[in-house]
Amino acid sequence: MIKLDKVSKKFGTGVFGLSDVSFSIDRGEFVFLVGPTGAGKTTIFRLLIRDILPSEGSVTVNDWDVVTLPKSKIPLLRKKIGFVFQDLKLLLDRTIFENIALPLEVVGVKTEEALKTVEDILAQVGLTEHKDKFPIQLSGGELQRTAIARALVLSPEILLADEPTGNLDAAMSWEIVKLLSDINKKGTTVVMATHNRDIVKSLGKRTIHIEKGKIVDDEKGSFSVKVKTDVDESEEQEKKDPGKHKEDKDDKVKLSEAKVASAGEEKKK
Amino acid sequence: MSFAKTAWKNIRRSPYQALAAILIMTLTFLAISFFTFLLVGSSKVITYFESKPQVTAFFKNEAKQSDINALENQLHATGKVASIKFVSKNEALNIYREQNKNDPLLLDLVTADVLPASFEISTVQIEDMGSISNMLNKSSIVSDVIYQKDVVSTLSAWTSAIRKLGIALVVLLSLVSIFIMATIIGIKISQKKEDIEIMKLIGATNWYIRWPFLTEGVIYGIIGAIVGWAFATAGLLYASPFLESFLKGIPVLPASYLGLLALLGIEVVFAAFLGVISSFLAVLRYSK
Repeated sequence: MIKLDKVSKKFGTGVFGLSDVSFSIDRGEFVFLVGPTGAGKTTIFRLLIRDILPSEGSVTVNDWDVVTLPKSKIPLLRKKIGFVFQDLKLLLDRTIFENIALPLEVVGVKTEEALKTVEDILAQVGLTEHKDKFPIQLSGGELQRTAIARALVLSPEILLADEPTGNLDAAMSWEIVKLLSDINKKGTTVVMATHNRDIVKSLGKRTIHIEKGKIVDDEKGSFSVKVKTDVDESEEQEKKDPGKHKEDKDDKVKLSEAKVASAGEEKKK
Repeated sequence: MSFAKTAWKNIRRSPYQALAAILIMTLTFLAISFFTFLLVGSSKVITYFESKPQVTAFFKNEAKQSDINALENQLHATGKVASIKFVSKNEALNIYREQNKNDPLLLDLVTADVLPASFEISTVQIEDMGSISNMLNKSSIVSDVIYQKDVVSTLSAWTSAIRKLGIALVVLLSLVSIFIMATIIGIKISQKKEDIEIMKLIGATNWYIRWPFLTEGVIYGIIGAIVGWAFATAGLLYASPFLESFLKGIPVLPASYLGLLALLGIEVVFAAFLGVISSFLAVLRYSK
């Protein structure tokens, strides 16, 4: 389903975002991608939707060689993959309904059909009553669910969720994870990048742990053993290369054993 | 239809930009319509004169009928003459009265004596007008010879100058409108950069993103063409009575409605073309 083989990504600054990363994910799996800020989680997601190309190695999604995929086929690839972006990427001048309907509009689904699909998804994520509101009128959890709904509306075979609980309190985080878990039970392959140790531990799913662009562990529910990385390390990395991983810049999360008790995430801005 | 809907939304949300784009297109098509009228009109005038290979010879007052008859025979003998019509002083007066029937003052002052008798000679070919007029000039009973060659060549020179000026102006205005529209649509693309990026990330094809902008350009072009044409046509219809009296019997007006509609059709197609070019330029330039 998803296969990365000896993938390295060197950014323009000369820093390696990923080096020699290999793993494969089977159809219907639920996989956590964990690691500190700047570890390369988002880079992996961006490689999978061909937002960026690897410097070395091969990326395969659904039997498609993503690296050699012609440009004209990229939209097809992206329609097969639902992506919940870390910064959500909702269109602010469109209603919740319109945001969720956007992928259908892009594909060219007929209006009546699209209406029904969106209504179904809205009910599934519990946003029916908010459908005519604009993103600015919704809470963080509701926006997160909107982004998930948009990622699901084309019934993708793969769902990539980049820190979907990043801005949410514990209760809301669990709700989101439950939603993703339900989606996974229906057969969708789900890959979720997260810092939330509670969730990773309690779900007991396969966890790929990345640090400084390398896979350091790939096991079922093994997150707690390996994580020693502190915010100091990623700060050091930031000092060396301030431009790197801009998307993670504001989201330095402390991941240490001492903080496990906390249900949510501790953020240091 | 969703492209048109998105395009219409884009236009509605930035009315000043839309107005600027439409106005520049209006100006371009006003100029195109105006110069088309001018060219069609002047070519009609030229055709009119060319279709009348006529030499008019006015006789001196002392010319005798026998001399005139002799001259007529002499002209026929050349074989270049299609017809000769003798216009006597009285007939000339009748023609004059007919032309100025609305102006009693002019009628009172003129009598048959003042007007010269004349020959209206049609030649078989236009080129023969020169030799016939030379022959007439040499005759002792002819006071003056007029033929259309001068008129036609002067008009032709004017028409060609107008055509060159018109083409230059239309090309210039078309270029200006392409660049202004490309800039306006470019600004809109820049404003929607984030939206475009999001749409691409969720699988929108380049054409899905381009179509609304192309449609927008075409809409500006077509509205501009229709408005420009409407102004020019209204101006022409308004000025028709004055022009008709100015042209005195040369059948240029009234303009044919079919011709005007054909012009509108051509302009709309050309406007759509300009619209597509400008938005395509903008799309290539700004949506990288």
